[in-house]
Amino acid sequence: MVSVVSAGKKWGKSLSSRPENVGLGVMLGLGVGAVALAAQWVKGPSAMLVAIAMLAMVVGLIYTAFAGGLEARKSLAPYGLLKPGMIWLCLFFLAPLWAMVVMSLSSKAGRFDFFPDFTWNFENYRIALTKFRPQFIRSFSYAGIATMLTIVIGYPLAYFIAFRGGKYRNILLGLVVIPFFTSYLIRTLAWNNILADEGPVVSLINKLHISGVFESLDIMQNGKLMNTPAAVIGGLTYNFLPFMVLPIYVSLEKIDVRLVDAAMDLYSSASQAFRKVVLPLSLPGLFAGSLLVFIPAAGDFVNAQFLGNPQTTMIGNSIQDQFLRQLNYPVASAMSFVLMIIITIIVLIYTKFMGTEDLA
Amino acid sequence: MSAAFSKRQKAGQRLVNVAAGAALLYIFIPIFVIVLFSFNEPKGKYNIKWQNFTLKNWAHPFVEKELTSALWVSLRIALIATVVSTILGTLIALSLSRYKFKASGAVNLFLILPLTAPEIVLGSSLATLFLNRSVGFGYVTIIIAHIMFQISFVAVTVRARIRGFDWTLEQAAQDLGATPSRAFWKVTFPLILPGIMAAALLSFALSVDDFIITFFNAGSLVTFPLQIFGASRVKISPQINVLASILLFTSIGLMAGAMILGRRRERRHAGTLSR
Repeated sequence: MVSVVSAGKKWGKSLSSRPENVGLGVMLGLGVGAVALAAQWVKGPSAMLVAIAMLAMVVGLIYTAFAGGLEARKSLAPYGLLKPGMIWLCLFFLAPLWAMVVMSLSSKAGRFDFFPDFTWNFENYRIALTKFRPQFIRSFSYAGIATMLTIVIGYPLAYFIAFRGGKYRNILLGLVVIPFFTSYLIRTLAWNNILADEGPVVSLINKLHISGVFESLDIMQNGKLMNTPAAVIGGLTYNFLPFMVLPIYVSLEKIDVRLVDAAMDLYSSASQAFRKVVLPLSLPGLFAGSLLVFIPAAGDFVNAQFLGNPQTTMIGNSIQDQFLRQLNYPVASAMSFVLMIIITIIVLIYTKFMGTEDLA
Repeated sequence: MSAAFSKRQKAGQRLVNVAAGAALLYIFIPIFVIVLFSFNEPKGKYNIKWQNFTLKNWAHPFVEKELTSALWVSLRIALIATVVSTILGTLIALSLSRYKFKASGAVNLFLILPLTAPEIVLGSSLATLFLNRSVGFGYVTIIIAHIMFQISFVAVTVRARIRGFDWTLEQAAQDLGATPSRAFWKVTFPLILPGIMAAALLSFALSVDDFIITFFNAGSLVTFPLQIFGASRVKISPQINVLASILLFTSIGLMAGAMILGRRRERRHAGTLSR
């Protein structure tokens, strides 16, 4: 008994000499434990064991903090500050993703069973990728076009604010984010007013007799602007434009104007100076903005719902419909997971090259 | 840029100005339409076509009972979720900017993930978890969901705002005999408070406005965006525009106020430093 206590003390001492590792270990341990409990990796008595182990880790941590003195507490502090938020994210972000993967491989045993069981049912993915392929394709192409449009519209604006805004910069930036102060849904509905069949835009086009031009560009369909792919893409572009302007502005603002002067002094033309100096330096913002626009646009279903027609549904509409109306959780989860994987790959490629700084 | 501008360069400059102006106009037209249509007197159930100017809607902004109560639900949820997420997110931001430690890179990446995951994935997966555990949908599930996406947002925003904060100030206070906690509350906290408040305000707005994630985790509870979504199929009343305008003007007022306060504060600090 004595030897156990002394061994414990020795272990405690060796731990308190490496408090940083203790902090990191406990954080990881608690995180894994939280996911395990929430996602039901363990059930019944073993769940109890996991809970007890987590409690023991907390006790050990407190012991280390007290035994190690000021130094130990200092190196434990960052982990201590991280823990509550991190555990929340483990419980309600990571564990749900796990639950989603499990659900995407489940199937209902019988017609009247409400709840699907895990059966390695890859059929869900086949349905997600074949039956809903048009929606996937539409999502990514609409989001891609919207992203390009936000660059075309947003870059000059960000450029103007950064280089010609002067003392009005902050006010101009405030104006850019003003749409965020009205409800997302109402903003989208406002486009309904603008593009409506008897609305101002359509009647202007008709008065000028240029509807043929828009029809041939496929922006108008049968004399309508509403309920067309163009309306959906326009809505996406509008709603996510600030996400493009702000990061571009941030990277433009960092540019030392003297670099442009230097280029001009070396006889570059204005457009050369822009192409060779300004544009490359603003690329981080451009990439960050593209990510911040593309992702929410690809997963959106509000614009397609309010501004589109049944032939313009995106993957978000299908997920929503399968999940909340058809109560077909497995297929909805499979679609969500495919969307998540595609986007995660894009994000990881991005962070590999650009880091995480510009996304803030 | 002392070199004389050629005609072409001037034309290019003007092009940028025009494009920027057009972009601002594009940003503002729907906002203008929202406010404008709050003064409309629609015939029928859909407030889509302009008919007549009226002040009736503004005289009775809360006449749509369901809409008003939904707004209250949203505000209540946002208040609770924002308080919790601001605390948790600020702690993370402090940890990341104050200390150098192993795993900070991994933590950074982990924080970004909820922000870059599509909302529909966050919403549907969390709903799956709640379904698995047969948790009843309602206030609690919505608040949990909102805190989840707000934490990352607050952490990232606060971290950006306190980047470059001079942590030696805290050390100086400690050298002068302050305890670590006193040094934090008396020196550090007041200086980083504006950044925290800004993050809290923005995440409050995110919560009030969240639709997609809430849609999956609300059950039968109806928040303001859910009410608009549900009602939009049968009726779009002008009161929606009135309430939206009120929210808009309140937020603009708050933002302008924060800006002015910030500027005054800056001036005062500049004053103390030069003295």
